[in-house]
Amino acid sequence: MATPESYVLAIGTKKGLWLATSQDRKQWSFTGPHFLMSEIPSIGIDTRDGRTRIMVGVRSEHWGPTVAHSDDLGATWTEPEHGAIKFPDGTDAAVERIWQIYPDAESRPGVVWAGAEPISVWKSTDGGEHFELNRGLWDHPHRSEWGAGYGGAAAHSIVVNPSGENVHVAMSTGGVYRSLDGGSSWEPRNKGISAYFMPDPNPEFGQCVHKIAADAAVEGRLYAQNHHGVYRSDDNAESWESIAEGLPADFGFVMLTHPRRAGTAWVIPLKADGERIPPEGKLAVHRTDDAGGTWKRLDAGLPQAEYNAVLRDAAAVDSAEPAGVYFGTRGGSVYASADEGESFAEVASHLPDVLCVRAAVVADARVAATASA
Amino acid sequence: MAEISVVLPSVLQPLAGGQSYLTAPADGTVTVGWLLDSVTGDYPVLARRLRDETGALRRYVNIYVNGDEVRRLQGLDTEVAAGQEVLIIQSVAGG
Repeated sequence: MATPESYVLAIGTKKGLWLATSQDRKQWSFTGPHFLMSEIPSIGIDTRDGRTRIMVGVRSEHWGPTVAHSDDLGATWTEPEHGAIKFPDGTDAAVERIWQIYPDAESRPGVVWAGAEPISVWKSTDGGEHFELNRGLWDHPHRSEWGAGYGGAAAHSIVVNPSGENVHVAMSTGGVYRSLDGGSSWEPRNKGISAYFMPDPNPEFGQCVHKIAADAAVEGRLYAQNHHGVYRSDDNAESWESIAEGLPADFGFVMLTHPRRAGTAWVIPLKADGERIPPEGKLAVHRTDDAGGTWKRLDAGLPQAEYNAVLRDAAAVDSAEPAGVYFGTRGGSVYASADEGESFAEVASHLPDVLCVRAAVVADARVAATASA
Repeated sequence: MAEISVVLPSVLQPLAGGQSYLTAPADGTVTVGWLLDSVTGDYPVLARRLRDETGALRRYVNIYVNGDEVRRLQGLDTEVAAGQEVLIIQSVAGG
């Protein structure tokens, strides 16, 4: 008998990781906290090669950062003895935090990218067990001028196109950098993205881009949630144009795109840089189905009043049909939608600050067993 | 040969096979850095919990020699003599 489609939801918080499984995206069975008292700023769920590998960036205030992975839905965790991500000799740098874990395309099993603090990009070819520093970006002449956002200096977004040749990275602060040769060399690509907080508001680089995501079906189309400003590029980041009209605010951290459908993206606006709350204290997700031409407010099932922010990686989509949308707040609530955001249900509450949320569709008998237990 | 003991906090003991302290043989004096290299040689995960990849002691890891925290002495170059005890204690931090 075929294994029924099942779902995994991973919630990384300031004080540990919670995992949930479901067979209907309504009833969720939780385990956790895993890694109690360590923050989990990054999660990657790798469903390639017929397995479900959950990779997490773990950071203890006392004991530093590391990467661990589990192939059994969190029952056991493995940490490479000498560390999955560590700066090589001669760099005089030490990893502070793993901001992003990004399994590459289905056609490149085993390849996993990571973004870290200090600003750096890493690539694994062994399923996330060992990563190699991307020297092209690390040795970039701009690096000394990149700064730190409020949360730290982060390479937080990595987007790889289907061929693997085009790689886009977004960093706070620094902006968007693009490689056309699979990550060997990099150039800033921020034309049109505002850096209003700098003397020159339109610099070549230095923007505080909060998150980027690629359109599911249109090659070369990207979306960006900026530190004020929501943008789209239709030319592989050569230029960006505002798509903020129709949103209640252009500040925020989240940018999600649909797993298959062109033109669909989600943002979760916050009022402003100086007021990092949902506009008017009313939490809502906004979805576009026409690449930012228009936006639809989605708040069914969300609380009437909410004053917590949603951080850049505290939101995710799954690959189901219709797509699931998930996000968590700094107040420890996690909301899930099984209908692309048309309606939400709170699936967890009173957790520590939610830093990262990831969800996946898995064909894993253990999930089915867990979910029905 | 005389030994130097390094006492581990309970939270780190699972990374050292459950041992509450580790010892290194030493004649005369050695540095705290050498001592950490020696006792964590078989426990690389423990080593990474104490120091980052540049070799620097992590910010909230405190090491005491004769009751003095090594940052107030000569850091990882602080000398410790055979027969002495070295304590590793996590600082009070976080919330």
